Amino acid sequence: MSLLTLETLSVQIGPTAILREVSLSLAPGEIVGLVGESGSGKSMTALAIMGLLPPGAQVSGTVRLEGREITALPERALCRLRGNEVGMIFQEPMTALNPLMTIGDQVAETLMVHQKMPRAEALAVARDRLDRVGLTAPRFPLDLYPHELSGGQRQRVAIALAIALRPRLLIADEPTTALDVTTQAEVLSLLHDLARSEGMALLLITHDLAVVAGMADRVAVMQAGQVVETGATERLFRRPKARYTADLLAASTHHPAAARAPQKGAPLLTVSAATRSYRLPRPKPFAPHPELRAVDNVSFTLSAGESLGLVGESGCGKSTLTRAILGLDPLASGAITLSGHPVSPEMPSHARADVQVVFQDPYGSFNPRQRVERLVAEPFHLTGRPADWRDRVAEALRDVGLSPDDRGKFIHEFSGGQRQRIAIARALITRPKLIVLDEAVSALDVRVRAQVLDLLAGLQRSHDLAYLFISHDLSVVRAVTTRCLVMQAGRIVEQGPTEALFTAPQHAYTARLLAAAPQIPQAWTEERHATALV
Amino acid sequence: MRPALVLGAALSALALVAALISLIWTPYDVTALQIGARLQPPSEAHWLGTDHFGRDILSMIMAGARTSLAVALVAVGIGMGLGVPLGLAAAAHRGRWLDEAIMRGNDLIFAFPSLVIAILITAVFGPSALNAIIAIGIFNIPVFARVARAGALSLWTLDYIRAARVAGKHRTRISVEHILPNIANLLIVQGTIQFSLGILAEAGLSYVGLGAQPPTPSWGRMLAEAQTMVVMAPHVALFPGLAIVATVLGLNLLGDGLRDALDPRLRGRVA
Repeated sequence: MSLLTLETLSVQIGPTAILREVSLSLAPGEIVGLVGESGSGKSMTALAIMGLLPPGAQVSGTVRLEGREITALPERALCRLRGNEVGMIFQEPMTALNPLMTIGDQVAETLMVHQKMPRAEALAVARDRLDRVGLTAPRFPLDLYPHELSGGQRQRVAIALAIALRPRLLIADEPTTALDVTTQAEVLSLLHDLARSEGMALLLITHDLAVVAGMADRVAVMQAGQVVETGATERLFRRPKARYTADLLAASTHHPAAARAPQKGAPLLTVSAATRSYRLPRPKPFAPHPELRAVDNVSFTLSAGESLGLVGESGCGKSTLTRAILGLDPLASGAITLSGHPVSPEMPSHARADVQVVFQDPYGSFNPRQRVERLVAEPFHLTGRPADWRDRVAEALRDVGLSPDDRGKFIHEFSGGQRQRIAIARALITRPKLIVLDEAVSALDVRVRAQVLDLLAGLQRSHDLAYLFISHDLSVVRAVTTRCLVMQAGRIVEQGPTEALFTAPQHAYTARLLAAAPQIPQAWTEERHATALV
Repeated sequence: MRPALVLGAALSALALVAALISLIWTPYDVTALQIGARLQPPSEAHWLGTDHFGRDILSMIMAGARTSLAVALVAVGIGMGLGVPLGLAAAAHRGRWLDEAIMRGNDLIFAFPSLVIAILITAVFGPSALNAIIAIGIFNIPVFARVARAGALSLWTLDYIRAARVAGKHRTRISVEHILPNIANLLIVQGTIQFSLGILAEAGLSYVGLGAQPPTPSWGRMLAEAQTMVVMAPHVALFPGLAIVATVLGLNLLGDGLRDALDPRLRGRVA
């Protein structure tokens, strides 16, 4: 008998249909992946199962948990259900825990509330649950506070919280999206193990097809509030039935046109022995400040027209290095030159015009109170605004596939993908030689990401651009760069041609990164390509 | 529609209209004494009655509104005009000596009870409306500096500020062009609240005789003068008191309502 059954579940908020006749079922111990792009209704489905829909939502259809209809249950009964029978894990481990409570108390609290367990006993169970998620006794005492843990460890505490009452169903909503690849691999394997060994059903919600490929027994694909396809994982990846599924799969393994061979001659960007350190707080009063070498003796070059990748996990010094290359922060020692000019916060404006940047977050990259025209024209500050600046803005917008008529609009009128195109237009406006792409496609849905990558490849050819492509996403870096640097703890541990580096990594850290990155098995995609050709 | 916002706007507008009308016309001359008609209760000739010199209370409240609003407005202007640039500069130089110097200077002003210092200033330089304005204005500076700095700090971490820096823009220019328009909401709301506090402070100073001097009418002094006669003629104290309460309440409601209306995160919650 299935543990959870959704039958023709529809949710409407105001005039908008959020979910349309969603049907889904989970057996005990089964792992089902729920994938789709942002806004497809994945998270709403989870909230509907938990009875956490926003007020004013109209629900029709049924949600049955162990045969019991729960859509009509009163709030009090739902409260008993949450935690007891259904546990949930959220994306952001930084905000899911109470920063003022110890991890032991947080896990114990659930037990004390739901099972009226005395505190001592609850703490003993909390110890057991934390051990179960890999936060074992001597290293992780119960009286630790969340800020004393890393992101991955906090996500483990959140999992311990969710499984404290041994729920039959665990819902994980993008549980690893905020984590580094190696941490992601550990958390995913923990979830997999929990589902298998405790007979707990797991509904894994994610936008990342590679994650479900390695985890799920079955996959449901959502689009615009509907489940467009459900099937066993391997079958779905090998022979997608719905057009949308096929599109998603194609986009997630998309390779834009190959980057050109870099031009010979003097390098465009030279970084030599760059070092930057931060002062840490004194461990004791009057003790000297310890130093963190965020960027430690880094040297590399980038030729005109080249695509260079820079990968590494959070805290490896990528961002510090990027800021130094953009001339925003000074270096402690070493030097950076761009087309022969030294790069520093004091560099002259005309030299600065040679490098521009595209950031990750399409929502935070623009002043919400200015029109597109003014946003795109901002870098003209460096060169002086030419007389034909409006034409230049129109040209840049056309280059990135938008209409020149978009000039007068405000940024909130655009989607995430369009905003990222506007960010690229802004970077192009001074006709730079180098564009730094700082996680520029990481926040985009796979299909939009594929389009933006194609756009970047096209612009590189037409505008003779060099890219420094900074990302934690190895598959994207592999697809778009010709050469790649791997950074760990402030140092470049390995560099070389991308394909060689990915197929035969020399450094242990590179090998570990590659092994941890979730992948869709190559055999699954080959068959699809074969059928697509027929 | 938000009832609190509407009520607040209406009360504030009432005070403003009364002050504006008093510039060109009041029912009676506020400086003319008519001892024969003293302490009259509200009547058709004198809607709110007369005081112990026979002056028309309605006229005095209208003229007093002018004093209160002018003092509070200029004081808020001083606070904003000096405090906001200081706050923006502190945020732009976060963690450096300029930030420290500005914020510690603010702490210094904050450390003194504002009314005590206002009394000190007026005691040294003599009581007058101008000195009241300066005293109240100085205490508005750290409030605006803090609000501006806090709002600006969260914006400085955003990518569009980084993009502007990559575009070679100087800190000052970024502060004016990108930061200021985006913290305007905060400043408008704080301005409204400080405005109401300014009115209270002016009334307080006038009450102890350190604000506007006779014959300039002032709500605070009207209260002080009515105090001894409150049993004989309660209306003489009642109406200026009500005027202060209504104006301060109105401005507070307006400030709260504006905060909700201008904050996009709260927008749409009240459908």
